[in-house]
Amino acid sequence: MTNKSNIERHVMAVLVDNEPGVLARVVGLFSGRGYNIESLTVATVSEDESVSRINLVTSGTPMIIEQIKAQLERLVPIREVHDLTEEGPHVEHELTLVKITNAGAERREALRIADIFRARVVDTAVDSFVFSLTGSPVKIESFLELMRNLGDVEIARSGVVAIMRGEKRKRDA
Amino acid sequence: MSGAEMVIKALADQGVEVIFGYPGGAVLPLYDAIFKQNSVRHILVRHEQGAVHMAEGYARSTGKVGVVLVTSGPGATNAVTGLTDALMDSVPLICLTGQVPTHLIGNDAFQEADTTGITRPCTKHNYLVKDVDDLSAVMHEAFYVAASGRPGPVVIDLPKDVQFAEGEYFGPDEVTHRHYLPQTIGDPARIAEAVDLIAGAKKPIFYIGGGCVNAGPEACKAVSELVRMTGYPATTTLMGLGTIPSSLPQWLGMLGMHGTYEANLAMHGCDVMVAIGARFDDRVTGRIDAFSPDSKKIHIDIDPSSINKNVAVDVPIVGDVGEVVGQILDSWKNKDPKIDSKALEGWWKQIEEWRAVDCLRYEQGQAATDTIKPQYAIERLYELTKDRDAFITTEVGQHQMWAAQFYKFEKPNHWMTSGGLGTMGYGLPAAVGVQVGHPDALVVDIAGEGSTMMNIQELGTIAQYNLPVKIFIINNEWLGMVRQWQELLHGARYAESYSAGLPDFIKLAESYGMRGLRATQPDQVDDVIKQMLEIDGPVIVDMVVSKEENCFPMIPGGAAHNEIMLGLNDREEQTQSEDGMVLV
Repeated sequence: MTNKSNIERHVMAVLVDNEPGVLARVVGLFSGRGYNIESLTVATVSEDESVSRINLVTSGTPMIIEQIKAQLERLVPIREVHDLTEEGPHVEHELTLVKITNAGAERREALRIADIFRARVVDTAVDSFVFSLTGSPVKIESFLELMRNLGDVEIARSGVVAIMRGEKRKRDA
Repeated sequence: MSGAEMVIKALADQGVEVIFGYPGGAVLPLYDAIFKQNSVRHILVRHEQGAVHMAEGYARSTGKVGVVLVTSGPGATNAVTGLTDALMDSVPLICLTGQVPTHLIGNDAFQEADTTGITRPCTKHNYLVKDVDDLSAVMHEAFYVAASGRPGPVVIDLPKDVQFAEGEYFGPDEVTHRHYLPQTIGDPARIAEAVDLIAGAKKPIFYIGGGCVNAGPEACKAVSELVRMTGYPATTTLMGLGTIPSSLPQWLGMLGMHGTYEANLAMHGCDVMVAIGARFDDRVTGRIDAFSPDSKKIHIDIDPSSINKNVAVDVPIVGDVGEVVGQILDSWKNKDPKIDSKALEGWWKQIEEWRAVDCLRYEQGQAATDTIKPQYAIERLYELTKDRDAFITTEVGQHQMWAAQFYKFEKPNHWMTSGGLGTMGYGLPAAVGVQVGHPDALVVDIAGEGSTMMNIQELGTIAQYNLPVKIFIINNEWLGMVRQWQELLHGARYAESYSAGLPDFIKLAESYGMRGLRATQPDQVDDVIKQMLEIDGPVIVDMVVSKEENCFPMIPGGAAHNEIMLGLNDREEQTQSEDGMVLV
């Protein structure tokens, strides 16, 4: 059934009851059925902390994507499953922290590029910077690509958080 | 009220009459609570796997939720096979597991296992109750989750301190689930589309699955009415047997790997397929890219994840079978569509030609030197018990397929078999569960000698409660289905498939105080079955059958429906593809 040519990337927002084991249910579903997780973030989003929002990025054929949504909806503690890629325009953001170790011209160049990307310097040492950058995954990728050429880098990424544009508001969230 | 008492009270309030279980350290408070009351009866099993299969047999034959009680650690892990079986076959169960006290959880305590972790992928849902104040709500919600939508097993893990703790009990009416609300009514637009498609069909077929049985006897009646009203041919899956009466002339028998020639070819050649409560399982579809290539497919299922999972369909209808088929019937009666009688006549003519192949034919010699054919033993069992409203369970293997082919059902809930998981050792304990639910009924476990040995310890349960279960062993001294695949696919190299070291089943029965009967010649078959039926108590029948018999028809792994093998003289011509060999 898997046809490599029609693999699509989808960003999903899954609202779940904030209870022990719920993340394990979601992750176990993906590993048990052989679905991909490219990134996953989770945090509580309701005032009373009863609801958590899982943002995940997955990929698969349209049939697999449909399955993923149906299988997620089958889990008892899952309230809503939204396929943001399908539902319309949405904003995707990611946070990355990059520590780059270098010296001389490369050190100055790193600082200059960080400025172009509007990355913030959050720590400085004699031979290293830590940059903080938020933005779309594409922007982050290009920043990391440049940094890798300018020294030793250590990278931490948050994974994608995403939300629909405009007035549409998720219930409970 | 203590937590343990609440659990038993909740069971009673949910209408539970009987539970299947095995005591141990972490459930002693629960057993104490059971001891002190009379509303819930406890059946003591010999192994926790047996308890779960008993609850499955009970649930499938009565339509109620089956309940299991086991201890922590090994008690819970032993239940895992049964839970997985129930998940695959959508059987509503509650499995109460003991757990070490909350302060010891995670400490590798004695008889500790991460039960909710282990059972997460093999249950519909599970709970770990850490606070006695949550207990009533969890108990009642668990019954709702187990029985609603697509049914399934639910585990409730109960730490021992929670069983001892005092708290307040709430009845079932005070608990509702916030957002687990399965869709039961079909989308009217889809219903209209389906009715038009069905009415316009030239070569239609109904493909009926176990979801119909789960939807209840009324839903099965509605499906039968739809089949009768249209006059279209219908086939049932292994799990769907009994949904429509087998005496209905439109019934083509079971489909799939060991289904009939006419059912499989009709599926392959149809132009409109109406799948009702069926899930396009690989045993049914064969090679997926060659599955019913020219048909429009309507799929009715309560589980949206079953739709478009294996096969893309044209008209998906999410809902309860009873509701949706009722909607279709109403819409049909309103529209009173004209069906294409001329095309249907041609289709039936074609089907009758396929039927005339007589794909289940076998040859039974009647001389004293002839061996009993397994098909003959089951066919005679059917003929001699068909007026007794018998409940049939099976183990897994050749005998299971022969039972499905040769035992005919007029009603749902009379056929209990492990379809999805294919669990050897299912039938004997399942028969116990059926018998507990129907004390006066005839319950027969059509078994193989290999599978029988897998949960043979439950003979102790049968003996203890003097349950009149009949264990009808089709004994060919081989793990027959393994042997058959080795013969057809692995150059007749019979690795480890011979049933060595079998007990003498007659003496085994006698050692448990039961009766044992044996037939070795064709002319003894009827006498042994009649004797078995006359005995009030449990009986083991050792039906010694021909060793080399294979189960046909057969769609080999990786083949399409129209590449079905008929057996007898057909088998030499077939060769097995490399692709097919890697499939199970």
